[in-house]
Amino acid sequence: MNKSFRDILKYPSVIVGLLIIVALILVSIFTVIAIPYDEAIKLWRGNEADWYKNPKTAGPVWLNWFSREKLPETIIIDADEAGIEKTIKETQSGQIITMSIPIRFDFDVYAEDMTLYFQSNFEEKAPFIGLKWTFPDGEEIGIGNFSINRKFSYRLNQERKITNKLKGLVASQGLFTNLKEKENKPWKGDYTLTIEAITFDKTANVQAELIIYGQLSGWAGTDTLRRDLGIALLWGTPIALMFGLLAAVGTSLFQITIAGISTWFGGWVDTLLQRITEINLVLPFLPMLIMIGTFYSRSIFVILSAVILLSIFGQGVKTFRAAFLQIKEAPYIEAAKAYGASDISIIMRYMIPRVLPMLIPQFIVLIPSYVFLEASLAILGLGDPTLPTWGKVIQDAESNGALYQGWYYWVIEPSILLMLTGLAFSMVGYALDRVFNPRLREE
Amino acid sequence: MPLNVKNTPVSIAVSSAASLTKDNNSRTLLSVQDLRVWFELRKFGFGHAGFVHAVDGVSFDLHHGETIGLVGESGCGKTSLMKTILALYRPTGGKILFEGEDISRMDKKALKRYRPKIGYIQQDPYGAMAPFMNVQRILEEPMMDNHIKDRNERYERIRNSLEEVKVTPIEDFLQKFPHQLSGGQQQRIVIARSLLLRPSFIVADEPVSMLDASVRVEILRLLRSIQEKRHLAVIYVTHDLSTVRYFSRRIFVMYAGHIVEKALVSDLLNHPAHPYTQALLLATSEPDGANARVFKEIPPGEPPNLINPPAGCRFHPRCPKTIQNLCGNEMPPEFELGSEHKVKCWLYR
Amino acid sequence: MDASPLLKVEDLVLYFRTTRGVVQAVDKVNLCLEDNHAIVIVGESGCGKSSLAKAILRLLPKNVQSYQGKVFLDQVDIMAMNDEEFRKNVRWQWLSMVPQAAMNSLNPVLTIGDQVTEPFILHTSASKAEALLQAKKMFDYVGIPESFLYRYTFELSGGMRQRSAIAMSLITMPKLIVLDEPTSALDVLTQANIFNMLKRLKQELAISFILITHDIATSSEIADSVAVMYAGQIVEINNATRFFIEPLHPYSRKLMDSVPRLHGDKEPDFIVGRPPSLVNLPTGCRFKDRCPDRFGKCSHEPPMTLAKDHLVKCWLYEV
Repeated sequence: MNKSFRDILKYPSVIVGLLIIVALILVSIFTVIAIPYDEAIKLWRGNEADWYKNPKTAGPVWLNWFSREKLPETIIIDADEAGIEKTIKETQSGQIITMSIPIRFDFDVYAEDMTLYFQSNFEEKAPFIGLKWTFPDGEEIGIGNFSINRKFSYRLNQERKITNKLKGLVASQGLFTNLKEKENKPWKGDYTLTIEAITFDKTANVQAELIIYGQLSGWAGTDTLRRDLGIALLWGTPIALMFGLLAAVGTSLFQITIAGISTWFGGWVDTLLQRITEINLVLPFLPMLIMIGTFYSRSIFVILSAVILLSIFGQGVKTFRAAFLQIKEAPYIEAAKAYGASDISIIMRYMIPRVLPMLIPQFIVLIPSYVFLEASLAILGLGDPTLPTWGKVIQDAESNGALYQGWYYWVIEPSILLMLTGLAFSMVGYALDRVFNPRLREE
Repeated sequence: MPLNVKNTPVSIAVSSAASLTKDNNSRTLLSVQDLRVWFELRKFGFGHAGFVHAVDGVSFDLHHGETIGLVGESGCGKTSLMKTILALYRPTGGKILFEGEDISRMDKKALKRYRPKIGYIQQDPYGAMAPFMNVQRILEEPMMDNHIKDRNERYERIRNSLEEVKVTPIEDFLQKFPHQLSGGQQQRIVIARSLLLRPSFIVADEPVSMLDASVRVEILRLLRSIQEKRHLAVIYVTHDLSTVRYFSRRIFVMYAGHIVEKALVSDLLNHPAHPYTQALLLATSEPDGANARVFKEIPPGEPPNLINPPAGCRFHPRCPKTIQNLCGNEMPPEFELGSEHKVKCWLYR
Repeated sequence: MDASPLLKVEDLVLYFRTTRGVVQAVDKVNLCLEDNHAIVIVGESGCGKSSLAKAILRLLPKNVQSYQGKVFLDQVDIMAMNDEEFRKNVRWQWLSMVPQAAMNSLNPVLTIGDQVTEPFILHTSASKAEALLQAKKMFDYVGIPESFLYRYTFELSGGMRQRSAIAMSLITMPKLIVLDEPTSALDVLTQANIFNMLKRLKQELAISFILITHDIATSSEIADSVAVMYAGQIVEINNATRFFIEPLHPYSRKLMDSVPRLHGDKEPDFIVGRPPSLVNLPTGCRFKDRCPDRFGKCSHEPPMTLAKDHLVKCWLYEV
């Protein structure tokens, strides 16, 4: 075995493949530890509470490295942060809390959206808020007067009053434009948002959070539900690997055992098992899975079991049977029969180990095909709806028209991961084939 | 040549008149009586197209501690005969009595008791061992398959066997794999394996024909010393007459499914009776410079088709001494020519 | 040796590159073969005799490291020819070969006729019909009924297949045929028949043979001369009559002693140890580790000595 390891490493493609596989495994381990399963599922549901801080369909932040224009990332400023000026003036019934939030904008492209999130605990009367915006040249405009609830979101882009003041531009654009100029382009500089909150309780307080939604967010971007795609990409790795591995292992083990029994016993056993295999080979695999997914359940374990069950009597049975037929006539098998080895013993301990070198490369190449199968099913809409998988990401992208909308990253990222997985396993598998199979021929 | 021969012989019901006859001679280990091994020919997997009469009426006795050389060319049936004795094939007819019990009637359980009593040495020393097992495992396998559970006992037996075949020091060899050994060493391991279950007799199928000339003699000598020491009976199957005399007491010559001559070694080599035996001896070369100037007189033709063998004596179409109207009509019975010298030939009627 | 032999091999070298190292399969071999003469090259497996056959016929694999020497065929140095010239003018015109296990390397999907006629068509651009006529003649020589030309390989027995392979090597009427283990897989009677056939061919067609085998006994059936090969070198050449009575080189003697015989009292002997690997050759005489007559000088490589009209590579015969 050691010799074969050294032989494999002679192929550069294998080293690349192995590195990728090791990377995938490490990512899987990291993901499972860093983002526990329950948490991932919960996050993936896409509740607003979890994701409100993300912009919708924002690309990954590293796109800025390739862009001539600097696209804005999300700016989140909590008014309670240190460094934010907060003054409190007492009044007769309550307080006037003034918060000055400085904002530095030096991007070449406008932000997506702007929202102020307020939280307040008060007893009877709701606090009243006044907003003032200061441009870099010192000009000020008022951008809202309203009262808030305990939880209130002020979506600036949706306020007509603001838009009217900004030459028809929405807040996230107009507030960052020099309105005096004819051309509308982002105005780099320092801005200030002043929030004046009038409370009517001595104990009431107001917390504000300004979110200027950027065009880029996170290392993988976001989708229409504002979910960070990184979660799905990370969690997709262990899921893909597990599915591929379990399906490949389960299928191969069953196939090799069936082939062994079929060949060794011959006669009606062989005939029966081969006819079953042939019928199964003709049955349409994917349509049957689609039917199961549509009419029964899309749970990944159900699909995995169905895949294995439908694959057991698959092509591998024929391939392994051919190998076994050659081995069956080997002198050492005859010798074993002569010294009284039982049939099962012969199949398990003499024939299967001889075929294993052939099995291993096939099995490794089989893993990515099951990974692709799972992704294909997801893209067709039959994936497990709760699981964050690569295929699900692609399916979400497709159903939201990502390619039409220009959200290319949404499709490319999971696709590249799928391709890398396939490539890595194939390279290793085919190299192993070259290493193991000459040995079979030699003997 | 037919395309589809089933590899297991057919069992045909034998007439019930034959009851289990216990051999009275206590020296007899194995008694083969009128053994027939036929293989069925299948057409397209379903239709019946005849039988290959591989072994067609063979009888002989093997005594304790005796070595017999079974000689014949390819297709004569010696391999089928040997494998039937090893219980790898089931006989189509006739009996094989081992220590009184008929192998052909044994069920699986009884066969399990029978198998360890015969050792099997095969022709291809490398093929006879699983290439992915090391020597220790190869030697342990037969014992484990026969439920020898005590590890120390297994090790003891391995040690004794390896010492007997002179593969020492043992520790060096136990971890080696078959491809790391020379042909001679491989065959020694195979011989050691055949001895582990303490058999009472051994079937050796061309044990040296795949070895180099200079090693053959060594291995044959080894086999002989083991045989003498353990008082084993051996059936030594070969096509090479010149090695048989160093390793057998009697020789059986086989042709087209029959044993045509049985004799003590010196009798056969010096006074061969059957025309086929004579042809074999004539055809066997010895290193002699004069050979190049002499044409050997050998019967032309080839061994007959065993699906439809010729009527009468199977050698008669090629025999230089064939008798008109006799050899072609009736199969000759066995004639006795002297002590332990028997011939199936009408010339000796 | 004749002044103008048919074949003269001078210092032929063939080394292969393998992952284990350089295999010195043929190490400065010198041979001479006259017209209508048969020389047998005797040696055990791994001595390089098959490589010698391939070297003479230039049937080389890709991993050749060194291929040198001179081979004179009727005084023309064929080693100096380029590959295309060699293919057109030498192979199957002057020299042909029956390779090892030829009977197993016949094409199962072609009829025997197709295969046997192929060399003839390639080298003489004859028509298929003319080639078949020639093939029928060859089948007469080798003793197979003509109808077998239309059969397929699996319909023939081992002996017949070997004869077909020999017919294929004969069909262009070469002057020299190299046969590599022509009968090792065949039965005794078939073997004897094939040797009868070879003797007849030698008589009737005046062909020369190089027969390569490990079987000393059968080699005597056709040998006019015997060459013994060990570890890539020829260690003895002699005429057959004298060789079979008294071989000189210790290895030849031990080989002869190891042949089992049908008659006589002497029990065959065996040689201790194994031949050296062609990758890791020992210095000095390559047989010294197994030689019963080894002495001091053997640690240096012995020269080829002409002694009593033999050629022996052994210090015992130093003049």
